[in-house]
Amino acid sequence: MSDRRAARRFNPDRDVEEWRGAYVPYDIIKEAVVALVAVAVLIVLLAVVFSSPDDPAVTLKRWSAVDPVDFAQTAITELDGTSGTATYGPPYNDTADAAQHIGFFEPAQWFGVHIPIDTAQDFVIGPLRTLPNQPQTHAALDRYESASSSQQSTWNAAYEKAVANARDVGGRLVVPAGSYGPVGVIIGSLTSMAQTGGLDGTLLSEGKFYNTDYTKPLLFIADGSYLGQLAQAQHLTGTQWGMMNETGNYPGQAWLWLYTMWYQVAPMNTSSNADLEVWVIMMVLTLGLIFLPFIPILRSIPRWTRVYRVIWRRYYHAAAQPTLSASPGS
Amino acid sequence: MTTDTTADTTDTTATSVSDGEDAHQWTARVRHAAESAFPPDRLLPDRQPAYLTSWVYVFGILTVTTLAWVIVTGCILALMGPNWWHVSTTGHFVNSLHLWSVEAFFFFMVIHLWAKFFMAAWRGKRRLTWVTGVVSFVVSIAAAFTGYLTQQNFDSQWISTQAKDGINATGAGAFWNVLNFGQMLMWHIVLLPIGVVIIAAFHVLLVRRRGIVPPFADSRRHGAEPSPTADDRDEPA
Amino acid sequence: MLYIDLMTLTTLLGALVNLGGSGNYIHWGFIQLSVANFVVILLMILVFILAIVLPFPRRPGRDQ
Repeated sequence: MSDRRAARRFNPDRDVEEWRGAYVPYDIIKEAVVALVAVAVLIVLLAVVFSSPDDPAVTLKRWSAVDPVDFAQTAITELDGTSGTATYGPPYNDTADAAQHIGFFEPAQWFGVHIPIDTAQDFVIGPLRTLPNQPQTHAALDRYESASSSQQSTWNAAYEKAVANARDVGGRLVVPAGSYGPVGVIIGSLTSMAQTGGLDGTLLSEGKFYNTDYTKPLLFIADGSYLGQLAQAQHLTGTQWGMMNETGNYPGQAWLWLYTMWYQVAPMNTSSNADLEVWVIMMVLTLGLIFLPFIPILRSIPRWTRVYRVIWRRYYHAAAQPTLSASPGS
Repeated sequence: MTTDTTADTTDTTATSVSDGEDAHQWTARVRHAAESAFPPDRLLPDRQPAYLTSWVYVFGILTVTTLAWVIVTGCILALMGPNWWHVSTTGHFVNSLHLWSVEAFFFFMVIHLWAKFFMAAWRGKRRLTWVTGVVSFVVSIAAAFTGYLTQQNFDSQWISTQAKDGINATGAGAFWNVLNFGQMLMWHIVLLPIGVVIIAAFHVLLVRRRGIVPPFADSRRHGAEPSPTADDRDEPA
Repeated sequence: MLYIDLMTLTTLLGALVNLGGSGNYIHWGFIQLSVANFVVILLMILVFILAIVLPFPRRPGRDQ
């Protein structure tokens, strides 16, 4: 073993002469206790002075009350299958060519649909079907579901055109007249249901008593513009480097600076596969950081930059004194 | 400094694994390996090399003790459940303690990483120490991320609906659903803290085993053949 | 004896400095950074520099 070691050339960026020099007293327990107390004082001070943010969650109830037009415009896209969620692809549905890819590398497609969501049924028709004593709504749903798919598409397109000019009259949704069949009643009922708070509960519970999975209400809210507008105001969106930010003036996640930076540079900033591209870049860089000791040139940077001369300046000063007998390594 | 480990005569037969009937015994072999790797004066030293003369060395212990406070404040939040901090001023204060201890944790950990980088602290069989350090950083980011997801406020709504795109693109979203509060909460309070603590403990044990990295050789001796790189303390006592 | 209820204390002392409200941001070329994050990053760099330049107290006694 020692012959092999002798034959292996000493590399100052990989190897080191182990310390043979002086030792000094060191109280590790005392150091840990002092650190524990000091940090406790620090975090109590920070908590007392700055507290922590707690902006209340957006509900479908709040969204539909504040902006019933945006709610209705989103709801029709859920019904006609053109919303962000409806066209998302895996893991929610099988929309063709929706999964992000880099060449043949298309992991989302490979893993497939594991959280199946049919936005028309799950976000619109299903919740409305749970409402009791709503004969007009149920009749509209019956008429819609028994129509052919081309008839449904015609109604949906007509409603989408009309709702583009909808108005919010004292919190009430007012949509211009048009040939959209039962769709007007369906979307109007859904808006009213949301404004009572019933849609929040129905989407979350999924017909069960207990649930902790907010996938459906969150996807529905995120399909609209309201959540994004609130985020834009708080500088939380992607183009605002929002991944690093917290609401208000609180510090956020500065350690995500490199992850969010890639979204701002070409080609990722205009790519429809940006998320996968950035993940691949960050995985490579993370592996590079993890295995840095094995990477030539990168592992030489500490020696080249000589910051260590500042850190160990007392040692180097002592080692340079010719009169000291306990010089290390000799 | 020696300690007498033979006060009880019945122990003498168990101190050497090479003794006949104990040589195959897993317990004895594990204990002997642990004792060799971590003799008490290495596990809890009262001496350190004379070159440890910089304030930058305190950031490792600061990181570990701050992690302890992250866990303690998290446990207090767990006592009363995830909704407590929204309805109670005391709960909100504990949440603030938890948030600022996390900010402090990353603050100290990144400075510790910078310091260890500029010291090239992986030198001399310490590469696994570096590797475990960076891995614990990455796992800590995941733990913090799940914390942000489980706040149950506007911030969590935004973070989850945005982050889902990145995670879904990798295919992991099929199984790891950031919109699923229940799943993310259990990852945050059970799985990831266990991961962080185990990796951090491994990292600290490696530091104790290998010692703090010595300085770069004096430039006058650059390129000279080294003394044997095997650490004397690695050899059986 | 003065008794301070913990809840009252935390109510009184919660957020002496209000970091809520609209945030402040720095725009530098394509970089956008919140002032809060910028302060944290600056502090980290400053603390790192101080940690390596500030003199460390000498320890009494040395032994082999």
